[in-house]
Amino acid sequence: MHALLEMRDISKHFTGVRALSGVDLTVEPGEIHALVGENGAGKSTLMKVLSGVHPHGSYEGAILFDGEERRFRDINDSEALGIIIIHQELALIPLMSIAENIFLTDPPSRFGVIDRSAVHRRAKELLAKVGLDEAPDTLVTNIGVGKQQLVEIAKALSKKVRLLILDEPTASLSEKDSAALLELLLEFKAQGIASILISHKLNEVSKVADRITVLRDGRTVDTMDCTAGAVEEDRIIRSMVDRDLEHRYPKRDPKVGDTIFRVRDWSVFHPLHADRQMIRKVDFEVKRGEIVGIAGLMGAGRTEFAMSIFGRSYGRKISGHAEIEGREVDLSTVRRAVDAGLAYVTEDRKQLGLLLADDIRKNITLANLSAVASSNVIDDVKELRVAADYRGRMRIRSHSVYQEAGKLSGGNQQKVVLSKWLFTDPKVLILDEPTRGIDVGAKYEIYCIINELADAGKGVIVISSEMPELIGICDRICVMNEGGFVGEFPGAEATQEKIMRAIMRQAVMPQADVRQVDMRKGERP
Amino acid sequence: MSDAALKEKPSHAGFLKNNLREYGMMLSLFAIMIFFEVVTNGTLLRPLNLTNLVLQNSYIVIMALGMLLVIVTGHIDLSVGSVAGFVGAVAAVLIVKLGVPWVPATLLCLALGGAIGAAQGYWVAYFKIPSFIVTLAGMLVFKGLALAILAGQSVGPFPPAFQKLSSGFIPELFADAGTLYPTSFAIGALLALALVWQNFRSRARQESHGIETEPYGFFLAKNLALFAVIAYFAYLIASHRGLPNVLVIMTVLVALYAFMTTRTVIGRQIYAVGGNEKAAKLSGIKTERLTFLTFVNMGVLAALAGLIFAARLNTATPKAGLGFELDVIAACFIGGASAYGGVGRVGGAVIGALIMGVMNNGMSILGIGIDYQQVIKGLVLLGAVCLDVYNQKRA
Repeated sequence: MHALLEMRDISKHFTGVRALSGVDLTVEPGEIHALVGENGAGKSTLMKVLSGVHPHGSYEGAILFDGEERRFRDINDSEALGIIIIHQELALIPLMSIAENIFLTDPPSRFGVIDRSAVHRRAKELLAKVGLDEAPDTLVTNIGVGKQQLVEIAKALSKKVRLLILDEPTASLSEKDSAALLELLLEFKAQGIASILISHKLNEVSKVADRITVLRDGRTVDTMDCTAGAVEEDRIIRSMVDRDLEHRYPKRDPKVGDTIFRVRDWSVFHPLHADRQMIRKVDFEVKRGEIVGIAGLMGAGRTEFAMSIFGRSYGRKISGHAEIEGREVDLSTVRRAVDAGLAYVTEDRKQLGLLLADDIRKNITLANLSAVASSNVIDDVKELRVAADYRGRMRIRSHSVYQEAGKLSGGNQQKVVLSKWLFTDPKVLILDEPTRGIDVGAKYEIYCIINELADAGKGVIVISSEMPELIGICDRICVMNEGGFVGEFPGAEATQEKIMRAIMRQAVMPQADVRQVDMRKGERP
Repeated sequence: MSDAALKEKPSHAGFLKNNLREYGMMLSLFAIMIFFEVVTNGTLLRPLNLTNLVLQNSYIVIMALGMLLVIVTGHIDLSVGSVAGFVGAVAAVLIVKLGVPWVPATLLCLALGGAIGAAQGYWVAYFKIPSFIVTLAGMLVFKGLALAILAGQSVGPFPPAFQKLSSGFIPELFADAGTLYPTSFAIGALLALALVWQNFRSRARQESHGIETEPYGFFLAKNLALFAVIAYFAYLIASHRGLPNVLVIMTVLVALYAFMTTRTVIGRQIYAVGGNEKAAKLSGIKTERLTFLTFVNMGVLAALAGLIFAARLNTATPKAGLGFELDVIAACFIGGASAYGGVGRVGGAVIGALIMGVMNNGMSILGIGIDYQQVIKGLVLLGAVCLDVYNQKRA
């Protein structure tokens, strides 16, 4: 008997970046197979290859399903075979009912007219199967995230599902909802439905998975069998993280001075749900010439924290104090934050950082146009000099400063964004995922720039999901989870295991314990 | 790893290809003009007709300047026709019925236009209500108000001084010069010279700083053509009754807005808002305020257009301004503005307005009915935008 799914030697490149190289993945019938790895290890890309989002021809390697080679052109091809993927961001239409969502693509109908009683009846059956006690007419927007997740699964069950892929299904669920969901997976297993579970929460992975495959830097590093006995979390963490940190980070001799930027009692609430606190009264500081890393998983509140500081660009009901060079500063608008000496390089440079249709020159001067203008008229020669200067200093590879930003590679785009902020002459820089989607060579160059900035006496804050990167370049690493800081390590002492443990230890704790951690942190001198 | 970035190098053929989009519009305008000049047996470019063409289209061009900015920020203003009509009606009531002198009345009307723009821009910029909805409401409101204050009747005539705004010509300094108006011709020729001189100066400046410039032969030919065309049109205009006042107003405004959009900080920021509003905001640009200001600006220009139109008809009618918004919006899109914002040039919008104007005029001379004129204009709009999208995809 052959495996249900076999992915052989899958490789996938994006322009200039190797996302997957030679990945193997085998799923047996009726198995729960967990896929773990750091952010950016290639889990989502692998699942996109499997589901046909990246069609046959855009990757190398072979996909075998039921022992036959399959060439999916799009997601419909894979769904026809019963491979159903449920993404982390739910694909439900909020203002439609549960029943309408379940049968969105293929409602039961007679002569093209939707059979509403059949929709209702079958939706009810499916909801019973997933254990969701809601009327099928309820609008999706009126039920919580946990129940929406169940609706997604019911939707998958409405099709002939044989392999269910869940991408971080419990990331936004409460403890109780997560447990119910995992229970459901075990039930499906009993019915012969196999699933691939992508999760950061190792405790739940080891609870339900039959086998665990670990991805790292786009490669399969290990596949562990759990049927013989539980696999230790330590072993999983050890294979998730990469040890070889030599030569990937430029050497630096840190000269850390006095505090340049300090935030006290910083609280932020969700922009839409006013009672949801995203940042819980945190304290944070950076010293002159220091590179501070903020580690954490997606959704830990790192970007929210940074953006709320930078001109209240995220959230509402923001409270707290901020000081630059010992003086209280007003950071209530982006302009004020910039004038106070703050710069923020966004996580998403295409959506939030660049004018993609405009050239390098216009992008570089955008945040500080007054410096290249006299009485509001732009001096084009001066502007050009500035742009050409940065293009040379940052080694932005382009045929001239007139090249469209959208046509540059990721690394060069990032250098343009960095140039834009350096031109505002900031005292403190916040770099959010500065090397995401950038190839190794360009990463090294970005690290060199970061080092130069610190050596020039600026305070640098680096937010990154790649722990080796933080360990490689930071003088101090703060670990964030659920809107608070849950650990802090000097760069030299930090290891990925310590960071992971700080996160994981806290991730399994109920709400009451979170407060304890915060209190303990407050007591520390 | 970044071979792709290094590979691209400028070449002459590449230059033409890259800039085809920019000059394509102008070439289309010439092609359309020559076409109508031929099929109307030379009527189109007769001095009298050319002067009329300017008078008929001035208010569209003026509103297109404001609309371009609105479209560049990623919005739309459907109310401009109604606002123009309403302001014309207010002017008529003030000047004709209440006897307010025309200068304060005009200023009051421009301020009113600004206030209307502010009222609409406020909802769009600060409350994030889609501009389509806000200005659709404004369109109904001001159409209704125009009808109300005119009590459904036409009000006129205006005093001669006010009429001069649209039907006047600049005074001739050298009387008895025969059929030609030398002052007007001289101004036109000087303008052409000034433009060419300016182009040469900025090219020299760019070259001295090592900035990439267009091929010299191309540059020379372009300037020669520019000079010849302006001088020729100045000659044609000068052989009728000289430069119309409204052409002077229009030219000054076009120059002002061209400068504002390309050379000033606020112009650059407006394009940034349209190009990527979130990135602009995170770069410290006050995106809301800029959006608000583009609507205020649009209101003032719509008011000016309303005044010119009222002065031209010498009466304010409840139907004035009907459908102007469509011509104005079409002009911007034909001129290469992007419906997604961030892209569009003043020159393009002006050329778009002229293309529409020449087609209206030419088809009227040919005796094509208003029915098929609209069909043809609609197809031209669709064709121009399709061509633009195609060009962008290819690039």
